[in-house]
Amino acid sequence: MPDTRVANDGSNCIALDGMHWPDGDLSRIPDWIYTSAEILDRERERIFLGKCWNFVALEAELPKIGCYKRSYIGDFPVIVTRTEEDVFKVFENRCAHRGVEFCRELHGETNEFICPYHHWTYNLSGELISVPFRRGDKGKGGMPKDFVLGDHNPKQFRVARRHGVIFATFSQDTESLEDYLGPETMEQFDVVFSGRELQILGYYKNRLNGNWKLYHENLKDPYHATLLHVYLATFRLMVAGQKSAMICDSKGRHATAASAKDDAIEIDDDLVDEMKGAFRVGMDLNDEEFTRYVPEFDSPWTVTMSTIWPNLIVQRELNTLGIRHIVPRGPHALDMYWTMFGFVGDSEEMTRHRMKQGNLMGPSGYLGVDDNEAIKFLQDGFKNSIPSEGVVKLDPENEGGTDTLISEASIRSLYRHYREVMDL
Amino acid sequence: MSKTGVSIPAEQRRALRFDIEEFNIKYSAVLDAQDVQSWPSFFTDDAFYRITAKENYDQGLPVGLVWLQGKSMFLDRVAAIENTMVFAPRYLRHFVTNIQVKDCNDAGEISAEANYLVVETLMEDSTKIFQAGIYQDIFVSDEDEKLKLKSRDCIYDSLLIPNDMVFPV
Repeated sequence: MPDTRVANDGSNCIALDGMHWPDGDLSRIPDWIYTSAEILDRERERIFLGKCWNFVALEAELPKIGCYKRSYIGDFPVIVTRTEEDVFKVFENRCAHRGVEFCRELHGETNEFICPYHHWTYNLSGELISVPFRRGDKGKGGMPKDFVLGDHNPKQFRVARRHGVIFATFSQDTESLEDYLGPETMEQFDVVFSGRELQILGYYKNRLNGNWKLYHENLKDPYHATLLHVYLATFRLMVAGQKSAMICDSKGRHATAASAKDDAIEIDDDLVDEMKGAFRVGMDLNDEEFTRYVPEFDSPWTVTMSTIWPNLIVQRELNTLGIRHIVPRGPHALDMYWTMFGFVGDSEEMTRHRMKQGNLMGPSGYLGVDDNEAIKFLQDGFKNSIPSEGVVKLDPENEGGTDTLISEASIRSLYRHYREVMDL
Repeated sequence: MSKTGVSIPAEQRRALRFDIEEFNIKYSAVLDAQDVQSWPSFFTDDAFYRITAKENYDQGLPVGLVWLQGKSMFLDRVAAIENTMVFAPRYLRHFVTNIQVKDCNDAGEISAEANYLVVETLMEDSTKIFQAGIYQDIFVSDEDEKLKLKSRDCIYDSLLIPNDMVFPV
């Protein structure tokens, strides 16, 4: 029996020094990394505010000088702006005075931010530029004489951009964005973000009832794709045996699940038998256009789902494109902010095709629903059952990248990295 | 959509609103019963249906959580819900109110709006408001003089969807 206790709300309440990762190889993951509030605190400090590049926005969302957007790094609210000097800035959405989260609009255009409580005012770079009654009223009250505006700016984050995608980091020691992504992840990233101008097509938001790391695991787990997602197998979007790969960076924290749709693949009786419930024999789409891939990328893969640690998913599922931004909401929930896009210059027909295929993903997606439900079922298991550990043993010869769908190799590589950073 | 419907004579407006209310009552009953097979029969063969956030609608952005055009896409959505999608059991109840007849054109198209509210009950959990929104509808009459939806745009205020949205509204 693992050395853990569980509070009434499911949060593991034991001190971190009482938690022991199961000894031996990486094939077991303890429940408490998904349920402990203290673990989340350490993740905030060492991951989201640590040496990581966090996704914050797409440049296409801030098309002009003066544009801004509310965003998050971990669960810390930030504002992303485009300044008069045409520089992208990221700073904390918190008034340096009393702590008000002052920017309330999801996005907009402005030349300054005025905190509604006492009208402390910030410019687009996140610098405090005025404090009302700084000198008091008729010589009474006011700030001390040695008060310096510049000492009271919201916390600033360093910014890096690549092909229209904006990242931020709080640490001065984070390597360059390119080194952080690594050549393997950058290659897949650059297929979607080649520098072609993005056209924002819209947003979805949903709150998933699971720990934020489960979303990374889900996309680093190609095994489930052939089983949970009956839709994928039935309509031959992903079947064991087709050309596929899990492409990892050298640190094992990012991964791209890649597959190539193969209409000619034979689904023999053995495969149907292994997939039992996951394959509906004889079911056909009424709208055959739906799963058509319109070639538009220089890539052997028709589908790539990239998890970019710690808070970004890049979705290229046939012709439906988007990013998903992960915001942890306590140990037991995460918010998923989806931004769907195409490219400037897409024909009306292509936009319609992207909208159609959008039915695959998102909070109502033919695949999306399955994952959201499964992540809730997982978290319910961690919260409600006798504390234990999960097993990730598939494909033991590999860690990180692999070329079979029947693998958990990149979940293991993620947790090797995670344990180093978290000192667990 | 800027039309207010006041130009339609009161008697005609009353009759239309009654017909639309009857339509929405039947429509809601089918969804409450999770009888998804019957759901496409409320639409014309070339109908458009979308569920999207108010955030998207206000900016003129085209995405939908559900985005369907033409009968075959409706049938594929129904088949997916019935056969392939994996989800926990739930009860849903629909409340459709504040019907406004906005316009009635020479082609026989009736523009209307209604507020909707959906409450969801998951097993072993309390009943919660799942979604509040507005239907923006275009109705036509079929050969039997029965109303059918040519277009239903479901625009929800509840931007943050709780977990997922399995069924149409």
